[in-house]
Amino acid sequence: MLDKQQAVIAEIPKLRRFARALVGNAATADDLVQDCLERALGRLHLWQEKTNMRAWLFTILRNLHINQIRHSARRPLETPVDDLNEFTDGTAPAQGQQLMIRDLGLALDKLPDQQREVILLVGLENMSYKETADILDVPVGTVMSRLSRGRETLRVLMENGDQGDKPPLRRVK
Amino acid sequence: MNTSRYTDADLNAYVDGELDAETVAEMEQWLASHPEHARRVAAYRQQNEDLHNLFDDIATEPVPAHMSDLVLKPRPASSKPVWARIAAAIVLFATGAVGGWGLHGLQGGGQMSATPGFVERAIGAHVVYASEVLHPVEVAAEQETHLVKWLSKRLGSPLRAPRLTSNGYNLVGGRLLEDSGTPAAQFMYENRGGQRVTVYVRSYTGKDTAFKFFDTETASAFYWMDAPFAYALAGDIPRQNLLDIAHVVYKDLSP
Repeated sequence: MLDKQQAVIAEIPKLRRFARALVGNAATADDLVQDCLERALGRLHLWQEKTNMRAWLFTILRNLHINQIRHSARRPLETPVDDLNEFTDGTAPAQGQQLMIRDLGLALDKLPDQQREVILLVGLENMSYKETADILDVPVGTVMSRLSRGRETLRVLMENGDQGDKPPLRRVK
Repeated sequence: MNTSRYTDADLNAYVDGELDAETVAEMEQWLASHPEHARRVAAYRQQNEDLHNLFDDIATEPVPAHMSDLVLKPRPASSKPVWARIAAAIVLFATGAVGGWGLHGLQGGGQMSATPGFVERAIGAHVVYASEVLHPVEVAAEQETHLVKWLSKRLGSPLRAPRLTSNGYNLVGGRLLEDSGTPAAQFMYENRGGQRVTVYVRSYTGKDTAFKFFDTETASAFYWMDAPFAYALAGDIPRQNLLDIAHVVYKDLSP
């Protein structure tokens, strides 16, 4: 049992990183990790040796996050910002409203939750497509399409805002 | 004029190291003469790098003591979120806060037709037992035959535990519950992420067959009536997922 507990502790840094990227706010992120650990410990006996501890913990954390989003505001899980045209088409933005997204953190906030989580799992956490699909409980094809759409949206957002020199990265929140 | 030999998904798979060596070599050759696509690949790589620049600091911090203590402390222990949720469910019960149905259900008296009263009790039972760590069920899935036989006997009609494996949920087990003086059954399911849903069944003699959704702060349910039983599928998962499961339960339990 102690081995399993050590295996859980070994994943905490990455859980915290993922949670932070997912929710933005440091305190909320650590609360999420804490809840995830509580859940995981409660069913540690269900965890099979040799299966992927990391993916298991990420699955729990992500599910808790989804539930919290659902309960906090009763807003739809997916805020549709899918339409690239919103950012790129000819309709001139109103004066002073020009989109200047230089910071990946800010651009990330513009993405629908479902695309953001895929980008974070693959791009930040280096999860394979298969692992990501398992964590999100969707087919690999869905992971790939969310990833493609999300990254392309980010690219367009960043390039639109990127007039001239690349500004330094700013920490989010 | 889509002359691209590779799809967006291919470009991404290349960035993410999901391609075999042969395809990688082919693609690199191709990218060398397709600067527009090469730029996109570079942009995606830059995104990954930016993500690491933004968030890697957190992963290099030492594990906070309260987190490692939490993992190492002896079990079982009551956990705050669980109690918070149970308390919320009890308040819900006591006040009948959900659309005034609570009182309705309680006052139903002898002729307890299946009103949302039972749905609310199904949700309450879900919240209380699905968060239970030590004894989520009375009879575990290993004794499914016994469980089903026992509950069928208590509810007075042959019952079945629906198969939800196609939705990724496996039977944890079940328990007998009390619903306004009559027996009710709860089957609990869990997916590999530890997410739980419960199927609540009680006897029903009416003629209604409504298939409806009921939502509360703590969990939601799809419910329907199909004599001799009324059913509620309760869970704390997105509505669409719950609906998908409800369809499977419904189909599986239809005579």
